[in-house]
Formats: sequence, structure tokens, C-alpha cells
Amino acid sequence: MLNHHQHEPESGLVQSFSILGGDFHHAGHVSTQVKEILKELGIEPGIIRRAAIAAYEAEMNVVMYARKGTFTLQVTPEQVNFTVEDEGPGIPDIELAMQEGYSTATQEMREMGFGAGMGLPNIKKNADRLAITSEVGRGTKLEICLILNQGKRR
Amino acid sequence: MNQYYHSIRFDEERCQGRMRCLRVCPTQAIRVRNGKAKMITERCIDCGECINVCPNGAVIPLTDPFGELSRFRYTIAVPSPALYAQFGREILPDRILAGLKKLGFDEAIDLAYTCGEVSFAIQEFLRLYNGPRPLISNACPTVVRLIQVKYPELIDHILPIDTPREIAAREIKKKKAKQLEIPEKDIGTFYLTPCPVKMISIKQPAEKGRSHLDGALSIADIYGPLISAMESLEEPETPRKALESICILGIGWAVVGGMSRTLRLRNSIAVAGLAEITKVFDDLEKGKIRNIDFIEAYSCHQGCVGGSLTVENTYSSYNKIIKLIETLEYEKVKACPDIREVRRRYEQKYYFIEGQLEPRPLAALDEDISRAIQKKKQKEAIYEKLPQIDCGACGSPSCLAFAEDVIQGQAELKDCVFLWPQKIIELAQEIISLVEKTGMKKSDPEIKSDDNQ
Repeated sequence: MLNHHQHEPESGLVQSFSILGGDFHHAGHVSTQVKEILKELGIEPGIIRRAAIAAYEAEMNVVMYARKGTFTLQVTPEQVNFTVEDEGPGIPDIELAMQEGYSTATQEMREMGFGAGMGLPNIKKNADRLAITSEVGRGTKLEICLILNQGKRR
Repeated sequence: MNQYYHSIRFDEERCQGRMRCLRVCPTQAIRVRNGKAKMITERCIDCGECINVCPNGAVIPLTDPFGELSRFRYTIAVPSPALYAQFGREILPDRILAGLKKLGFDEAIDLAYTCGEVSFAIQEFLRLYNGPRPLISNACPTVVRLIQVKYPELIDHILPIDTPREIAAREIKKKKAKQLEIPEKDIGTFYLTPCPVKMISIKQPAEKGRSHLDGALSIADIYGPLISAMESLEEPETPRKALESICILGIGWAVVGGMSRTLRLRNSIAVAGLAEITKVFDDLEKGKIRNIDFIEAYSCHQGCVGGSLTVENTYSSYNKIIKLIETLEYEKVKACPDIREVRRRYEQKYYFIEGQLEPRPLAALDEDISRAIQKKKQKEAIYEKLPQIDCGACGSPSCLAFAEDVIQGQAELKDCVFLWPQKIIELAQEIISLVEKTGMKKSDPEIKSDDNQ
């Protein structure tokens, strides 16, 4: 057996995944893995549902627009955090990008069912907090947070 | 903890621990311990994949024996339309139903008609429905259990319209009790099933209500006797009156896609096979599937015709269903439920499921989230030490599952053969130090064993 661990309630689980821009074939794998981990940890189904959607949209943003990115999952007893950082074109006008229906997706992406301009608004809708920082020409960082409702856990 | 009843039993005598079942189980519900397969009951969804792959016939499906009929004063056979698929257009449904009566049932009813009716009821439900889409069919009990266990957040998507077999059994019982003036409990309704999971949906319905069916007989068990019974029947009269009530809309329910075809103007997905269903549900959870109203999903390939208790080849029977529909169309047999009648019954909640479907998600690593996080870290740390090739020799289905079994105290690290070399080095060192302690030299001829001779 492993060493007996000290009880540290604030120490969370941290796992990182890399995402390759333009790799539509594997797109969605990271969010599936993240969802599996949340299930293992016994997170409430309703929160998992929202987390899965937010994670997928964030992953797809990297696949569609960036060269590459990192998806970092952090879970503490209080919250689930996703930090998604990419090396890509960045977002010149974040406020505009947050509007539903606004999209810079190419025709090809639209044909694949993406680029309806729902990505960031959809993340915001499903997360409890969303922070976006971006530098044009360098990349974008999304910080997504979902609060765990301790009282409602099964 | 709830006790789950299952339609599958492992026969220890026959099991040789060959681990095929271990690998195919979609919910990782099997472990091989001391060379024998064991089931983790809360994980099993009764899909029957293990029955199909076991080379020793050690996985036994539990269905009712024919003798169960004697428990009732009046018995009714309710055959799955997959029974028709065993014979196709060579033996038409009217003859099959007559054969069942010859076999000893007091009555045999055509379920395809109710399937057609339920198709209309689903159309009606979709027309008025405003909840989360897509709706997922509940016809396959394995799919319902898969959602309960692995996709609990999709539970609201499961169609609340009851299955044709339940509705048909409920109605025929009511009707016959009145007609024969006997209590409903004296009437036995038996589903003729292409798969073992229907047995569970009867003994332990997912909604925790009570089933209107009293048992399930395997199509494979009844096949031989039914053939003989049909041979002894007289030639059917022409025109074939009994054939006129067969509904071709409902016969399609035996194969994947058959249900969707009856839901006109709806975007639907028809999927069969658990690996494929898992892909669809994973995409659904992520929000990747959009603009779909209905998902028809069957655990068996090609739909119910692919059940493990059928006789005919799965793909042949798919063809037989299609040809049967064509034949009946040609014969102008187009019995069809009256949509206005369906709407009237719909208003009276005739089609709705009784009881509430609850999720039964797989247990988390720990009930307390802090401890679950710690266990997850331990699990990952163990996993790092493992060969990560999922050989199954330890008796767990994958290295990751083994890591979890270890932290949950269900397995020991030494069960992994790939960790043995390390262990052997440690043991060897221990022996050397023991030898040295006793003062014997490594080259001492005396410790060369005396069992040479």
C-alpha cells in the first residue's frame, strides 16, 4: 500500500493535457477524459454536465484557432477549475467575442458544425466564473471555474 | 446498498478464467479472482457481451423454463418481433402465432401492432415536448441501465413512454380477465425474448415499478419445439385472415433504425452496439450532438435481432425483417393503429411509464471529495508503476482498473506479474542475507539440496 497521506483538504488534484491545433480527429478527447475524472471523484451529475460542455467548447477553441494549447484541470473540494492556455492568434475584442452568434470560424469549420458563435458564450453560461486574457498574436488564456455545492452532493 | 438482480450467472465449474469476458465488459464489471470470473453486481448492465464471447459456455443467461406456464390458469405469449426475424417470409407471423398456441400457450399476441401504436405515441410526445433533447429510447433495457450507471446526467433524456411489451401485457391481461371472469393474477404473460436483459426488466424494472409481464422465455429455447409445432399445423386458409392484423410499422422495431423510420420529420440517430453507443453518449454529454430529436439505441448489433438468445445469423435476420415488411406490403397487409385513437389514449396517459427512473451511478473513489482526490492521486501513482498494456493477467480488465482495485483493497500490487522481477530481486537479497546470517557461504556445497537424489 501507499504511504499514509496527511489529510490536507485544500490540496487539490492537478492534471494537464496537451491539445494540438487543427487536430480535428482527436478533438474532444481531452474533455472526455476530464469528464471521466470528475465522475471518479463523485462530482454531482449536474455539475459534470456543465463542466463537460465548458471543457469541450474550450478544447474546440484551441483545436480550431490555435497552434497548440494546454488544458489544466484542477479539482479541490470546493471547486473545479480549467485553465486553458494556447499559442494562437489571440482575441482582439473579447467583448465582441462574448456575443452570441459572433464567430470568426471559416466556412470549413461551419460545415463541420462548429463556429455558430456559441463557444465563449456557452462556456460562460455553463461555468460559474470565466476569465479571459488574451494577447493578439501570442495566445489566449481561459480560466473557467465551477463551484461545487457541498450540500447537494449525493 | 441495493441488491441488483442479474440475468447472467457465471458457472464456476465451466469457467476456466480465460478472461475474454473481462475484456469485452463495457462497464468493467468482471474480475477474475483465483482463476474464476466474478461479477461486480452494481456495475453490470446485463448487456450479455460476456455470454457471446465465453468459449466455455460458462456465462449462463437466466430465463424462465417452459414449465413456468403451469403456474397460471391462462397463458399468453408476447413474442418480440425478433421472433419473426428467425423465419422471415418463409413462415409468416400468423403461422408463428398459431404455432405458439399449438405449443401450449392459450393465446399468442402480435406485439408489432403495439409497437406501431407506441411509434405514434412517441410522435405525439415529441410534438408536445419542451424538455432537453434528444430523447433516448427506452426499448433496450441495457441502454437504460447504461445511462443509469455510466451516464446519470442523461437520465432526463430517457423517453417516458412505456415499452410496447409492457403496454401490450397490461392491456391483454385486463381484457382477458374481464372476458374469462378470472383474476388478473391467474393470467400469465410471457415475453419471448431475444436477449437475457428483458428478464431483468421484468424481475427488477429500472423504474422500480412492477412489470406486467410474468416471465421471459428464450427464443433459442423455444425455437426447436416451435418449428415442430408449426410443421404439424394445417395449411393456412386463404385469404389469411390472421395476417391482416399484423402491423408492418411495428415489425421494424426488431431492427435498428426501425423505430426512427416511424418518426417522420424528426432528426434521429439510430445506433447499435455498446461501443458505438458509448461514442454517441460521450458526444452528447459534451454538447457535440446538436439538432437531434431522438436517439434509438440498442445494445446488440443490428438491434434486437442481434440478441444473444436468437438462433438465426444476426445479419440474415436483419434482411429477413426487411423482406418480411416488403412481402406484407405486397400482400397489402397494412394494419395500422388509428392515430386518432392513439391521441385519445395519449390524453389519458395510457402510454406513460409507471414509476420514476433514478440514476444509480458507479460509486466514486470515495464519498468524501477530499479523500476521493487523495485516492485519485494514489491511483495515478500506482498506475505509473504498471506496464500500462492492459494484459489482464492480474484479473482486472485494465491497468487503470487494477490501480483502482489496489487502492480500494480489492487487489494487491503483487498481483501484477510485471512487478515480479523487482520482487524477485528483493527476495533474492533477503535469502542472501539470511544465508549470511546463518554463517553459510554462498558456495557451500551443503546447501546444494539433498533432494538431488
